[in-house]
Amino acid sequence: MHVHRFERLWLVAALAMIVLFIGTVTYGAVGAGYGMVDDTGGQVDPTDATASENFREPGVYNGSEPGHYDVYIEAKQFLFVPGTSEPVRVPANSTVTFHVTSTDVIHGFEVVGTNINTMAVPGQVATVTVEFDEPDEYGLVCNEYCGSGHHTMEGSLHVVPAAQFTQTEVN
Amino acid sequence: MSDRLAFVDKFPSAARITRLSMGVSFTALTIGALLGIVQALHRTNVFRGVISSADYYSVLTGHGVLLALFFTIFFLTGIFTWGTSRSLGRELPSPRFSLAWFLLMFSGAVMTATAIFGGLVGQIPFSADVLYTFYAPLQAHPLFYAGLAAWLVGTWLAGADWIRTYYHWRQDNPGERIPLQMFMIVTTMLMWYIATLGVAVEVLFFLLPLSLGLIESVDPLLTRTLFWFFGHPVVYFWLMPAYFAWYTVLPKLSGGRLFSDPLARVVFILFLILSTPVGFHHQYADPGVPEGFKFIAMTNTMFLLLPSFLTAFTVVASMEYGARQRGGTGYLGWLRALPWGKPAFAGCALAGMMFAAGGFSGIINAGMNINSLIHNTLWVPGHFHLTVGTASALTMMAISYWLYPQITGKRLQFYGIAQVQPYIWFIGMGLMSNAMHRAGLAGVPRRTAEPQYQQFDFAPVLGSMAEMRLQIAIGGTLLTLGALMFVLVMVGTWLAERGRGRLRVDSHLPEPISGPSDSPRVLDNVKLWFVIAVVLVVIAYGFPIYSMVADGALNPAAPPFPV
Repeated sequence: MHVHRFERLWLVAALAMIVLFIGTVTYGAVGAGYGMVDDTGGQVDPTDATASENFREPGVYNGSEPGHYDVYIEAKQFLFVPGTSEPVRVPANSTVTFHVTSTDVIHGFEVVGTNINTMAVPGQVATVTVEFDEPDEYGLVCNEYCGSGHHTMEGSLHVVPAAQFTQTEVN
Repeated sequence: MSDRLAFVDKFPSAARITRLSMGVSFTALTIGALLGIVQALHRTNVFRGVISSADYYSVLTGHGVLLALFFTIFFLTGIFTWGTSRSLGRELPSPRFSLAWFLLMFSGAVMTATAIFGGLVGQIPFSADVLYTFYAPLQAHPLFYAGLAAWLVGTWLAGADWIRTYYHWRQDNPGERIPLQMFMIVTTMLMWYIATLGVAVEVLFFLLPLSLGLIESVDPLLTRTLFWFFGHPVVYFWLMPAYFAWYTVLPKLSGGRLFSDPLARVVFILFLILSTPVGFHHQYADPGVPEGFKFIAMTNTMFLLLPSFLTAFTVVASMEYGARQRGGTGYLGWLRALPWGKPAFAGCALAGMMFAAGGFSGIINAGMNINSLIHNTLWVPGHFHLTVGTASALTMMAISYWLYPQITGKRLQFYGIAQVQPYIWFIGMGLMSNAMHRAGLAGVPRRTAEPQYQQFDFAPVLGSMAEMRLQIAIGGTLLTLGALMFVLVMVGTWLAERGRGRLRVDSHLPEPISGPSDSPRVLDNVKLWFVIAVVLVVIAYGFPIYSMVADGALNPAAPPFPV
């Protein structure tokens, strides 16, 4: 097969670039330790997630070690529980694992301006672990269409100074 | 040229199917574009008098389904019918069979559209505000799914019709190389048969029975996975008619001929093989899918860049060759020698340029980890309005300026409007898409009726939210104007008198510089490539789908909404 010299050069350059892209993603996973949303959250009963042993009453819980917290969030038409009627509160300088599921249709869970961004799928639990350094306030939005009130589905997340966070806020 | 017989004179039956398909395609484009401007103005808060925010989603569903499925794929059936007859030099075997698949597709499209627009009329009990992705357990009226199924079966029969024509030609021409256009049609359709399997199973076994009340619940993750099994390859099904035009017509429009026929074949084989095993890259943010499968999809997706990179080279090289044939000189000076005043050329070239930009934002989407930053934000529609909304759509419009006179025997009307139209589209998309990309980086979600929220403000890195919204509104308005200008030219031509004036198009397609004889024969062994494609799909999807159905195909069981 006859391939022009420039074309061959281009082909090699394109392949090199593709390998480079795959390399950066691999580095992100292995080197930088970026964890994808995957199947580790397990499955729950879509109509009553809290009846399943791996999903608790929505709210903030102490994690496996000091400074770690687990936040259980239920997404449903058109609320985040907690998050919408009252903000999710976690202390600064902490590691937080969000456990998100839905009890009706597919929703999205996005912490605006961050890379905390996952689908809330009925029957599945999404887990995302992140570190919060500074006190800050973030918006929460549902970024997957979920019904005629989709645009009202929002909330907020407050990362508060550690001194302002008390154990009474923990379930 | 007036002295050359137009396509319609040589193949009246194929020309009729092409005209019918294009008629439906352009009707869908008109309605879809009008819905587009309603959305652009509503969600940017510029003008909200037409619909309520709750009805926005029916409009959005209509925009997505009419443009992404019906405009694009009726155009595809039109241009592929033309390409089959043109490249083989024969009619399709049975005009009645061709008409039958067209009518099946058409009635399916009408059913689906009826269900969607029923949602805007209070007294009608239909609705289908489930968007183009129709994720279960959100539920539409059964008419929506039944229409999609009928339409899909119609596309399968259309493919069978073209492949049957090829088979007849093969019997009369044993040992000859498959003509390039026919090769592209066959590989595209084989990809389509593999890819649509997912959505066919989803609709026929789960969503239609659910909407009819025959089953009580579905597994949302399984149906979503079946959707995306189809959902990414359909992207290439939109793009293949554009590639088909860029490879076989654009070189001639730029004054030259195709650079390399063998590499064009390699590109289509790569699309056949790699298009389907990438669907999990739409599910990077999904729980319940192991990271490993996402990684496999990511590597496949990155390799799928290869055929597009090769296309970029071939198309630009063919254009440069054409420009130099026309007397262009210099490193970049040859660009000036291209026929920028000819609407068919200008549209294809501008579409190609936008596709390059869209390709780069697509690489971000494919990057498994940085994807989290833009997943389901306005970045995503910003991206695909460059790919399907420009690379495909603008090429389809541009090539119609060249093709439509040949299949009608009528001279193109309103030529001045046709000359300006691709530039209007280009500017409109430039404004809308760049603002969408930037808003996405600030975290603005896609698919929502409201520009802002009560509990927080978006903090863009560059520019202000008000400025981005204004750009989206102006861009969306220009795009609608561009679509209507195109439709005006087409309707004007359709109504024009036949045989008056020269056709102003030359239907001859020159031979490539490097022809099919330079390519190894194994490229034409489509059966082999089909088998490889199926094996790759089984590797990418076999285990994940098995693990989702191992605990029962309806488990975890989510009931439908609204009930």
